[in-house]
Amino acid sequence: MNIHEYQAKELLKSYGVAVPAGGVAYSDKQAAQLAEEIGGSRWVIKAQIHAGGRGKAGGVKVVGSVEEVQKVTDAMIGARLITHQTGPGGSVVQRVWIEQASVIKKEFYLGFVIDRGNQRITMIASSEGGMEIEEVAKTSPEKIVKEVVDPAIGLLDFQCRKVATAIGLKGKLMPQSVKLMKAVYRCMRDRDALQAEINPLALVSVGEDERLMVLDAKFNFDDNALYRQRLIAEMRDLAEEDPKEVEASGHGLNYIALDGNIGCIVNGAGLAMASLDAITLHGGRPANFLDVGGGASPEKVTNACRIVLEDPNVKCILVNIFAGINRCDWIAQGLIQACNNLQIKVPLIVRLAGTNVEEGRKILAESGLSFITAENLDAAAAKAAEIAKG
Amino acid sequence: MSVFVNKNSKVIFQGFTGEHATFHAQDAIRMGTKVVGGVTPGKGGTTHLGLPVFDTVVEAVKATGADVSAVFVPPPFNADALMEAIDAGIKVAVTIADGIPIHDMIRMQRYRVGKSAIVIGPNSPGIITPGECKVGIMPSHIYKKGNVGIVSRSGTLNYEATEQMAAMGLGISTSVGIGGDPINGTDFVTVLRAFEKDPETEIVVMIGEIGGPQEVAAARWAKENMKKPVVGFVAGLAAPPGRRMGHAGAIIATEDDTAKAKMDAMEALGLYVARNPAHIGETVLQALKEHGIKY
Repeated sequence: MNIHEYQAKELLKSYGVAVPAGGVAYSDKQAAQLAEEIGGSRWVIKAQIHAGGRGKAGGVKVVGSVEEVQKVTDAMIGARLITHQTGPGGSVVQRVWIEQASVIKKEFYLGFVIDRGNQRITMIASSEGGMEIEEVAKTSPEKIVKEVVDPAIGLLDFQCRKVATAIGLKGKLMPQSVKLMKAVYRCMRDRDALQAEINPLALVSVGEDERLMVLDAKFNFDDNALYRQRLIAEMRDLAEEDPKEVEASGHGLNYIALDGNIGCIVNGAGLAMASLDAITLHGGRPANFLDVGGGASPEKVTNACRIVLEDPNVKCILVNIFAGINRCDWIAQGLIQACNNLQIKVPLIVRLAGTNVEEGRKILAESGLSFITAENLDAAAAKAAEIAKG
Repeated sequence: MSVFVNKNSKVIFQGFTGEHATFHAQDAIRMGTKVVGGVTPGKGGTTHLGLPVFDTVVEAVKATGADVSAVFVPPPFNADALMEAIDAGIKVAVTIADGIPIHDMIRMQRYRVGKSAIVIGPNSPGIITPGECKVGIMPSHIYKKGNVGIVSRSGTLNYEATEQMAAMGLGISTSVGIGGDPINGTDFVTVLRAFEKDPETEIVVMIGEIGGPQEVAAARWAKENMKKPVVGFVAGLAAPPGRRMGHAGAIIATEDDTAKAKMDAMEALGLYVARNPAHIGETVLQALKEHGIKY
């Protein structure tokens, strides 16, 4: 689960991390009021959507008067922001974050990820802040430093000092850096985050002084741990998610929309991915990924058909079930129920295998409905691709 | 022989009296698995399916000599149950659960350091040595005895490959599902090492998916350490980047995570690669022929 920048900043602030004085606004008037409360003479207005790449898409503006804060916010809220991460449909801006503009002296990168290779939390830092870390990894990998955290011991001070030194945070800045790194680590661990990214972490002038401040932050949390993270779960913004995917998950289905015309209903994530692959290799284009999971009841199968058919591009549906915990006879009954309840007009290509396969095939054959059956994955994918083309 | 479990394995079920554990324990017993009891905290001293129930794993091990545990405990408590099994001296703990918090798995893997116990899963169909021992949820009837070792992240894709091979008369020595989560208790390399040592296994099928570095690491290990041929497949050619494709671990985060990149790397490292999920069986047959292995 992702959260907005303003939520990430508020979360980090609660762990003692310095963020610019700011707040969230849902209207232009509120924005103007907020700017006056925050004070200062220059403000940054940042559109709050989950996708990255906001700056280039016009979602981040710096202004020098309260009137401009109001004007820019008015234009931003309700507008559709299209970035390289939103897809062509873009994302509608519902709220903006307003903060005092900082006097930036230098930008750094600080991130924490779960490294799948060593199966531990790994801190990643770079002196090249403000640009994507993947880009830095490509162009100047020597500027990236990493430190692996032993989960039984936690992130140690000396590890932070090592990393701080390596990216140029020396002298007076060292104690601040250590404190900040440890706070972000604690936040990641205590809140079941999968990823915490601070980019940029900036060295800013505050009067005569200089200090480290988080100018942008991104978090991704473990859906499987939300049951014990109420504070995080409450930050979920359903408007940022695909409504069909949200609906499907409510029915215990895992649905991801794609841009083809062959609807897919499969059990198991691996077989579902492989079914998309087989369709693609036969020149077809899958319309979706859908895993019905184990124990698919007739109702679940009906819901799956309904959700797949909401996509007007779907020309046929491939049903591929390898029953382990599932039973083919239940799936067959579910398909018949779906056909009767939903008046499905597109062809259904059905491949059944595994537990109770004979019973399942018999039920389909005797139903009087025109299912196209296939013996195996290859034949099923070939038929689906052929029908979708024709 | 076979790997990790065989006809001598003594199996307990943690969460024994639950609905799923009961159903799968019955199936395991039907297929010949030596199930010796189970654990449900609070129900110690009772019996279930005619077998003793204990409050703790350590009591169960002491009373029954169990060395394998099927951990059918809900995700929030699963990592704790795994560590309890390891503490009690269980040699192979198998966890089916889908939805264990990843930070729990990080701690569990740390707990395992320096201990020899094997953890299979989570988010896995389990492990089966046909005709001898089943610890999992797979449809046992499709697994026939043979000389192919199979290891996969996905459950249903493991069934798919097994059926393709069965249609060609090829059977399985042991099937191991390492699971679809980002952190697997046992990785591909550990299973490949076991298959290489196992006299009943003559060829290995490794089925991966998008996300994470372990398929390529395993292929590299196989090139350097294995004499037995390995057939690889990676699911997710058609998957868009940045999306979790059903499995928590199946997400393209970097260029190296894609199915194509992984299969290209496998091929470059000398593995047989099935580029199409429908051709896994055929590819195994071709490898067997080229290596002059009887089937």
